[in-house]
Amino acid sequence: MLAFNFFGATEGGLFDINATLPLMAIQVVALTYILNSLFFKPVGNVVEKREKFVSNNIIEAKNKLSEVKKLEADLLTQLQSARTEAQRIVSEAENESDKLYKEALELANNEANASKEKARLEIESQTSAARDQLSKQADDLSELIVNRLILEK
Amino acid sequence: MFFNSLLTNLAALEVGQHLYWQIGNIRLHGQVFLTSWILLGALLVFISLGTKKMENDPKGLQNLLEFLWDYIRDLARTQIGEKVYRDWMPFIGTLFLFVFVSNWGGALIPWRLIKLPSGELGAPTADINTTIALALLVSLSYFYAGLSNKGWRYFEYYVHPTPIMLPFKILEDFTKPLSLSFRLFGNILADELVVGVLVFLVPLILPIPVMFLGLFTSAIQALIFATLAAYYIGEAVEEHH
Repeated sequence: MLAFNFFGATEGGLFDINATLPLMAIQVVALTYILNSLFFKPVGNVVEKREKFVSNNIIEAKNKLSEVKKLEADLLTQLQSARTEAQRIVSEAENESDKLYKEALELANNEANASKEKARLEIESQTSAARDQLSKQADDLSELIVNRLILEK
Repeated sequence: MFFNSLLTNLAALEVGQHLYWQIGNIRLHGQVFLTSWILLGALLVFISLGTKKMENDPKGLQNLLEFLWDYIRDLARTQIGEKVYRDWMPFIGTLFLFVFVSNWGGALIPWRLIKLPSGELGAPTADINTTIALALLVSLSYFYAGLSNKGWRYFEYYVHPTPIMLPFKILEDFTKPLSLSFRLFGNILADELVVGVLVFLVPLILPIPVMFLGLFTSAIQALIFATLAAYYIGEAVEEHH
């Protein structure tokens, strides 16, 4: 029978197991070693080197990012303190200038008052001096008139 | 009548005939070695070309090879586990590549155009010797993996949840290589036969979808073989608690 010829023949057949089996096994083992040195090792080295490189870069970037955030926070606090400092300086300066202004104003007022007072006193003294002189001249004049009148007579 | 003619046609496909090589008093299936040498040679040339100038920014073939490497690593890592997958990755990868290249090479290259004095060229994995060789290598590997990683404690696996499992686990050591070898052999041979018969009966268009199905099966079989091999090794090195 044909079917018998397929499977059961001593010569050939689908299930004809012979020395092909161990030789094929040796061939596959040899192939494993060849592929290991030709393919798995070199490609693995490259891929793992790159993976390491990438992960190192990611870690580095994360470190840098955290550093940046720290610096940012640092700067923010510095900015805050600088701002309050500036405010303090500005208000201080304002107070100072206010005080100086008031002082100067007072000084000027006092000076003005003093000179006004001095002028008034001067005017008063001159007025009284003039009045004295005037009344003395009137006295002289009246005396002169009286004398003349007496002489003519 | 029709059936009879089909059988004679099948006989014309030369099923189960081999090109014998006689070396001393051992006999070899020459066609299996011829095709495997051609295909493995092509594979090695392809890989040498791709790894000739490795760069940090992969280009062209290197990209493809790196994708392949990554694929095999993922396969080995998920099945075997983080701890020892590195030791077994070349073996799993070689199994995958060998089976894949053999299956696809057998399906894609029109071997039938090359006439041999006896038998015909085809996928090396369509020969029972090849698949049994691969399956036995897998068996040896998982025994070696288990014994080298856990010493005699490896045999705790046989009584693992309960000693009742012992006969089943012993039986498994025989069924594993049996199922591995026959699954691959059966699938690839059946695919070759179906395509052969269809091409013989209807030489136009009709065989094409079956050929595509064959390519799909071939790829899936390579993946299944490698995954199962990795799974068996992973099972052997796994620590029970």
